[in-house]
Amino acid sequence: MSVVFYLLAGVTVLGGLTAVLLKNTVHCALALTVAFAGLALLFLELDAQFAGFAQILVYIGAVAILVVFAILLTRGSETPKDGVFSRTWMAGLVVAAAVFAGLGWAVIQSAQFLPHETGAPPVVTVEQIGNALMGRYVLPLEIVALLLTAALVGAVIVAMHEKGDIK
Amino acid sequence: MVTMLDQIFVLLKHWLVSFLPLELQTPVSVLISVVAIIGTFPALFALTTVLERKGLGRIQNRIGPNRTGPFGILQPIADGIKSLTKEDIVPLSADAVVHFMAPLVLVVAVFMGFAVLPMGRNMELVDMDAGLLFFFAIGASTELSVFMAGWSSRNKYSLLGAMRAVAQMISYEVPLLMSSVAVVMITGSLSLVKIVAAQNQYTWGLPHWYIFTPWGCAGFVMFAVAATAETNRSPFDLPEGESELVAGYFTEYSGFKFALFFLGEYLGMFSISGLGATLFLGGWSAPLQALQFVPSWIWFFSKVMLSIVVLIWIRGTLPRLRQDQLMNFAWKFVLPMTLLNLVDVGLWRFLGEGWIRWVVCSVLMLGAYVLMARAGMRQEHFGPRRYRYADS
Amino acid sequence: MFGEGILKGLAETARNAVESFVSKERLTTVQYPEERIAPIEAARVFPFLVYDGADWEKGLRCVACQICEKECPPKCIYIEKSKDKKPDALGKQQIYPAKFDIDISVCMSCQICVEVCPFEAIKMDTQFELSTDDRFGGLLYDRKELARSNEYYHQIHPTEAAEVDARLAEEKVKSEAKAKAAAAATAARVAAGQTVAKADAPTTKPSGEGD
Repeated sequence: MSVVFYLLAGVTVLGGLTAVLLKNTVHCALALTVAFAGLALLFLELDAQFAGFAQILVYIGAVAILVVFAILLTRGSETPKDGVFSRTWMAGLVVAAAVFAGLGWAVIQSAQFLPHETGAPPVVTVEQIGNALMGRYVLPLEIVALLLTAALVGAVIVAMHEKGDIK
Repeated sequence: MVTMLDQIFVLLKHWLVSFLPLELQTPVSVLISVVAIIGTFPALFALTTVLERKGLGRIQNRIGPNRTGPFGILQPIADGIKSLTKEDIVPLSADAVVHFMAPLVLVVAVFMGFAVLPMGRNMELVDMDAGLLFFFAIGASTELSVFMAGWSSRNKYSLLGAMRAVAQMISYEVPLLMSSVAVVMITGSLSLVKIVAAQNQYTWGLPHWYIFTPWGCAGFVMFAVAATAETNRSPFDLPEGESELVAGYFTEYSGFKFALFFLGEYLGMFSISGLGATLFLGGWSAPLQALQFVPSWIWFFSKVMLSIVVLIWIRGTLPRLRQDQLMNFAWKFVLPMTLLNLVDVGLWRFLGEGWIRWVVCSVLMLGAYVLMARAGMRQEHFGPRRYRYADS
Repeated sequence: MFGEGILKGLAETARNAVESFVSKERLTTVQYPEERIAPIEAARVFPFLVYDGADWEKGLRCVACQICEKECPPKCIYIEKSKDKKPDALGKQQIYPAKFDIDISVCMSCQICVEVCPFEAIKMDTQFELSTDDRFGGLLYDRKELARSNEYYHQIHPTEAAEVDARLAEEKVKSEAKAKAAAAATAARVAAGQTVAKADAPTTKPSGEGD
């Protein structure tokens, strides 16, 4: 629990908070990007190089752009007239608190069962990740690939030129 | 050959740092390297602007700038003074914070990319295990800055330019990564230092550069095409097309912020040329075994400058691609070729040493190229568009 | 072959760039104040008045007929006739322009004044470096500033000037011949009148004159 951790955690939480509190939707998307970056830096602080850089590449480089495009191409870029808080905020708060409580309990419970650290944490190299992906976790990898292919094909079909009547 | 000239910068840094107490040595050493990078590459940028203007001028039957200093070499100083003293206009309805941050994000992201490039023997800033991934992750952040610039200007043309730029950069990101993955497959590591070390071997005096293999040659060409598109350079410069969108996503920027965008674009060019040199042209290794006495950093920077000259040459030659032509090219030609390149690399690895793998891999790539080109050059049929989901 | 065009284009531009250092036709820049290209013969900028001989006042061809003033489309010429007369190129007494102003900030170089002048007195100059910081007075040229010698005209438009000189010389010869014929006719008439007066005397010498 070092200073760096607190700093990064603060940045992430701040990014998340501003993402829901700001009025302008594009500003919210950019604040979300800051939250992603904070998360990536947390991964890097834990020496998980691959996870951190993949987080930047995928989330900031692709998902954030996707969110921004979605906001721009729909009418989400207009500022909401009634303010950012919906009328049912109480119910939302209850649900959020319940989810947080559940996750927190799960994390604390699992921390009890981890072996105490003996020596330095293991350094995970990209090679080990690669071996694990291609060895032990190859089935999830292929399923995810199939899912992505389906999404890609679907996107292409929706956006495709109609070749029906053009001869 | 590790001579003193080769390691002169490293030795200089060690000597400077040796005056300090032990705790300060690592941070100061890193600081010195960072300052060196921040000093070198903008200087190179200044040189490149003159080179580009004179080079384009000569290609276009005219002299480039020649009034400021002999052969115009002091022109960047004049340009710098101009940029610094111009009024910084921010449109009234522009989003001030995002407008301000966009060039900063761009320049910071691009400078970070230089951290992993091995510029000479032992001359990389950080030897990361996942160095290539870091480079591409940082490159992806530049797209965000482009979008921020276009959106915050509250200008239809800027926004249009930004959307086009982002669409183009995303489309060409995939072939860029795929062509680099081929190199990673053969080397077995994402670390750029190891990739260069793998290419630093010689057979009969010729180097093991990856460009001298069939998949490496094809990969390099595709990498070059994708890199040109990533840095919004002609013929892919529709987002900043001077005759179409004024200046595209940086229309509303003036003075120093414009200079920062310009700097960011050229530094992006340098870093991606550096990456191309590292992945395919052997980084800092010499072209012939006999030439190894020349310092390694000279080879690296020569390769980078050669790539810059080729980029300038291409800019002066080719007309601009239209947006749909650009995207078609990326998704329908370059991406399938890169995927085939991966198959090619696999074949290369598993066919073992010998002449067979040369023949098989070359035939595969050339055959695919010719067939896909034939398919792509069939005439398009234009007619009224019918929609499947929208009402007729 | 796909990509062949690109390679050919690259070769062409490389050739351009390299040869621009050696051959003049691949580097068409003229670095203006230090180098200049000579204007072509038919170049025209603003008008000037031609004078023959050495004295610009005496040799000025213009006779203030005011045709150019009337024909000028933007009306940039202003002429005032003189009160006295001076002998012109053919020796006749002609009026001359006391004032001849051209406002070159208005002049549009259409050459109509040159085309309509019957006396070949106004021609087009080729000087274009006429910038001045006196916007109104400095661009209003008067008679003295506009007068240039015939030799200068030969320098800037040689063929045209030679043609004009030939035409003027021919006219001069013709007019001299006419004058001589007219003088001979007058003399003959005078002589005939005298012989008719003398015809009262019985001796009538047949005169050369036919009826």
